[in-house]
Amino acid sequence: MRYLPLTPDDRSQMLAVIGAPDIDALFVDVPAAARLPGPVDLPHVQGELEVERKLAGLARRNRTAGEGPFFCGAGAYRHQVPATADHLIQRSEFLTSYTPYQPEIAQGTLQVLYEFQTQVARLTGMEVANASLYDGSTATAEAVMMAARITRRTRAVLSPGLHPHYAATVRTMAEAAGLAVEALPLAVDGEADVLGALTADTACVVVQTPNLFGTATDVTKIGEAARAAGALMIVVTTEAVSFGLLKSPGSMGADIVAAEGQSIGNGLNYGGPYVGLFAVREKHLRQAPGRLCGETVDAEGRRGFVLTLSTREQHIRRDKATSNICTNSGLCALAFSIHMSLLGETGLRRLAELNHARARQLKAALETVPGVEVLTPRFFNEIAVRLPVNAAELVETLAGNGILAGVPVSRLAPAAGMDNILLLAATETTCDSDIQFLSRAMTKVLAP
Amino acid sequence: MSMLSTGRPTRPETAVGAGDPATLTGARGLLQQEPLIFELGGWDKTGVDLPPVPDGLGADDLGDLVRSEPIGLPGLSEPEAVRHYVRLSQQNHAIDLALYPLGSCTMKHNPRLNEKLARLPGFSDIHPLQPVSTVQGALQLIDELAHWLKTLTGLPAVAMTPKAGAHGELCGILAIQAAHRAKGDAARTTVLVPTSAHGTNPATAAFVGYQVQEIAQTADGRVDLADLEAKLGPHVAAIMVTNPNTCGLFERDIREIARLTHAAGAFFYCDGANFNAIVGRVRPGDLGVDAMHINLHKTFSTPHGGGGPGAGPVVLSQALAPFAPIPYVVHGVDGFELVEADARAFGRMSAFNGQMGMFVRAYAYMLSHGADGLRQVAEDAVLNANYVKARLSTVMTPAFPDGPCMHEALFDDRWLEGTGVTTLDFAKAMIDEGFHPMTMYFPLVVHGAMLIEPTETESKAELDRFCDMVIALAAAARAGDAARFTGAPYHAPRRRLDETQAARRPRLKWTPPAPEAVAAE
Amino acid sequence: MHFTKDHEWIAVEGDIATVGITNYAAEQLGDVVFVELPEVGKVLKPGDSLAVVESVKAASDVYSPISGEVIAANDGLTGNPETVNQAPESLAWFARVKLANAAEVTGLMDRAAYEAYLQSL
Repeated sequence: MRYLPLTPDDRSQMLAVIGAPDIDALFVDVPAAARLPGPVDLPHVQGELEVERKLAGLARRNRTAGEGPFFCGAGAYRHQVPATADHLIQRSEFLTSYTPYQPEIAQGTLQVLYEFQTQVARLTGMEVANASLYDGSTATAEAVMMAARITRRTRAVLSPGLHPHYAATVRTMAEAAGLAVEALPLAVDGEADVLGALTADTACVVVQTPNLFGTATDVTKIGEAARAAGALMIVVTTEAVSFGLLKSPGSMGADIVAAEGQSIGNGLNYGGPYVGLFAVREKHLRQAPGRLCGETVDAEGRRGFVLTLSTREQHIRRDKATSNICTNSGLCALAFSIHMSLLGETGLRRLAELNHARARQLKAALETVPGVEVLTPRFFNEIAVRLPVNAAELVETLAGNGILAGVPVSRLAPAAGMDNILLLAATETTCDSDIQFLSRAMTKVLAP
Repeated sequence: MSMLSTGRPTRPETAVGAGDPATLTGARGLLQQEPLIFELGGWDKTGVDLPPVPDGLGADDLGDLVRSEPIGLPGLSEPEAVRHYVRLSQQNHAIDLALYPLGSCTMKHNPRLNEKLARLPGFSDIHPLQPVSTVQGALQLIDELAHWLKTLTGLPAVAMTPKAGAHGELCGILAIQAAHRAKGDAARTTVLVPTSAHGTNPATAAFVGYQVQEIAQTADGRVDLADLEAKLGPHVAAIMVTNPNTCGLFERDIREIARLTHAAGAFFYCDGANFNAIVGRVRPGDLGVDAMHINLHKTFSTPHGGGGPGAGPVVLSQALAPFAPIPYVVHGVDGFELVEADARAFGRMSAFNGQMGMFVRAYAYMLSHGADGLRQVAEDAVLNANYVKARLSTVMTPAFPDGPCMHEALFDDRWLEGTGVTTLDFAKAMIDEGFHPMTMYFPLVVHGAMLIEPTETESKAELDRFCDMVIALAAAARAGDAARFTGAPYHAPRRRLDETQAARRPRLKWTPPAPEAVAAE
Repeated sequence: MHFTKDHEWIAVEGDIATVGITNYAAEQLGDVVFVELPEVGKVLKPGDSLAVVESVKAASDVYSPISGEVIAANDGLTGNPETVNQAPESLAWFARVKLANAAEVTGLMDRAAYEAYLQSL
């Protein structure tokens, strides 16, 4: 057992120091009927070679995004992550450290969190950001719960462009807590529809930009109307690279921003781990969930950082905490922060412009395919198209031709009546030839 | 003979100085003081080379949706970025440096094979919404990992998607809520939690609207059965009990706890944070547990990463299994399928399919150990903790001296009485000696608590090095050398930090110094 | 001034009661870093949460000993929570309450009784 340092000799010496006759004596408190006599029925110890062979075999049974034309988005995006970022997060002192509860020997992690919070606050245009949540969807659910605490109201309205899986995550958590959730029927360009559903007990409206269908929206007026009705506006973004090009949620009047940060620094990883970005107005800080890192000084007056305002959190406030979250996405936040530091403002801006350019190319190419109609009026790097056929079936057919053509809306919302609508994303990793290959293949498959 | 007398001195005696002068830069030898990126970076610098935007494909189509103000993000070239983060990393303690005895946290060795495998493009470069026909290997891995978790816990189902322990607790409590609702039982509004519980337990129950009521603890550190029985009733939805508990003790009456709970119509949620103590030796299903989360980042060694990510799959009993959240993997006719809609499921925990990156690492860890190795994990974890308890009981006061502990040893602060040294001071002095302190002041039921969890991946030599250090420090405390403790740490990257100032006037992000702010106006 | 067993003080002028926490409580709490004050207009019953006092490591509820409507809260504490440690029984009052039932105050301890109570702890 290569991970277990004790030798049989060590074990007997240690048992002697303890004064126990054998190992079973240390398990004496376990009810006899529950003591397993031997190993459970699973394979036994294996070497690195065998384990690697086994898992590499499983990995080979997956078609990777990098293998060929790839257009999937809908909340997870493929970007080029600098090798430096992945190397640095594997430094022992980052990878194998715990939550920075002893700040004197965790300044590395803490300073990174402080830098991360500053980056996220600036990207979102908000006053304060926390040290991360699990992902964009759980951040959205936390935002709804927070809005209910602030407004002491009990109802949330979700926009027609909110990612259906985000809506389901919100519903799961909020309804269990006794809140009412009204998710408006999916629509390509209907963020403002939330205003029609505002009532006197509405705690918040949740809007997404760019939304599920890729539509970018100036939500300023929605926020103004929501606040006039005593509700907060939560702005959701699933593609963090868009912050480099589009107006920030904060500048459009967001009260809370919940975003998915995976695009920056983190791979697709089949859906996790990702990193939830969460930013708020300073006046609502005390109601925010999750860890916060703050600046202070040490006994010699040197600048240092600590986790702070912990009285909001579960380990102190217990049943009165703002959230139950403990472990968050620290290492993914580090990857985000490193990638963002490498990009800088000029790099992020260029990256965002390239993404938009690729999506414009994609749109132009799809418009040449007979029977395909582009639905998204204003987009960042993702568009929705209406097909003359069932989108899921087309995706399956094209997968057989080596193309991952995107995400059918029916996969996310089977009952939405949008079986012919396909979501396609393009990023800086998308090549001219990928786009040509896709449009040609679609033309061929859709030919009558 | 030619006499060369101008070379450099080669004997240390010639380097005689006056003690330990403060350095001019604040650096201490190799340890640098590192500014913030906002103080280092260029506002127009980038460490990423990107092609130009093709002509005619700009953002002109977006009109006034385009950001007009600058964001305010500095950039670093690659060498600058590497230095910045490597220097910062050197200010952290890590399990790769020394024993990390945080009780309740299971800081064990993180095998690098797991990192390598999680980075195979076949796992790291696949999209959560690809056609399932193109991710059969991923689904098979999730299915096989689920099989291991079910087999190790003796429970028939597992919800794989929760993203951390607390998220798993939420999943378990939501399944319990759904099960009661399915029976039309709306009267159960209370969750019982022992006073020694992790803060996440009451926080989780309260988060979804339950009243939290505390269960008392007996003098020997276990759930008080009489108190439990008195508080159970038709208003109780569930109990949440950690086993082994946060005092490091196995709940001897666990089966009776389960029986009483079920007799009252409630469910038994077990906080599985301490599963490392019993993995491969005891199956929670045999104890009467209905739901239990498993911290893959504890028991199954996925790295803590400075606070996450984790993964918290939840095993479920037959009664709760039908309510498991979507999505989940099933065996279909043409291979594995992903169920993404199910009317009986209580809902969805997050957008996608759980922490795949953590699944790969945990599965590699399990395969490496095998069923026999995992059993050895529990045995060595418990042996190491009892060894530390035995050695340190010569100088410290164990909170529960009678009988063995499980994977962690709990001490109180009676032994520090009259020394002028508190638990906190003692912990900070451990930092100067090169170790991370143990968990302090938790569980709340023990005064000045010190909770030590060595884990199975420590050698006897490292345990002895740790125990020798604690014993020497204890002697120093008894000898009246209080200043060694009350001012500690002296040798860490920072001395004690002013948490009061941090909380009174929160500074949660960098802001430009005043002159720059004026210039920018 | 009147005192409660939960270490609050109440000073009454006419039908207005001013409420804060005692020197003893402030000392026990340690460095106060934040006080969550009641909203003006909030109507209290005895036992309702009047304020939350936070130190770095703990949050403590301050329960109202009296009934009435909050007519003022001490906003000065928001930027200067240390006042609670410096002058708990004067400058660091939490709220002024328009008394609904003056008899609730007469049942409370006077200073001598409170001092004796502290001795007994």
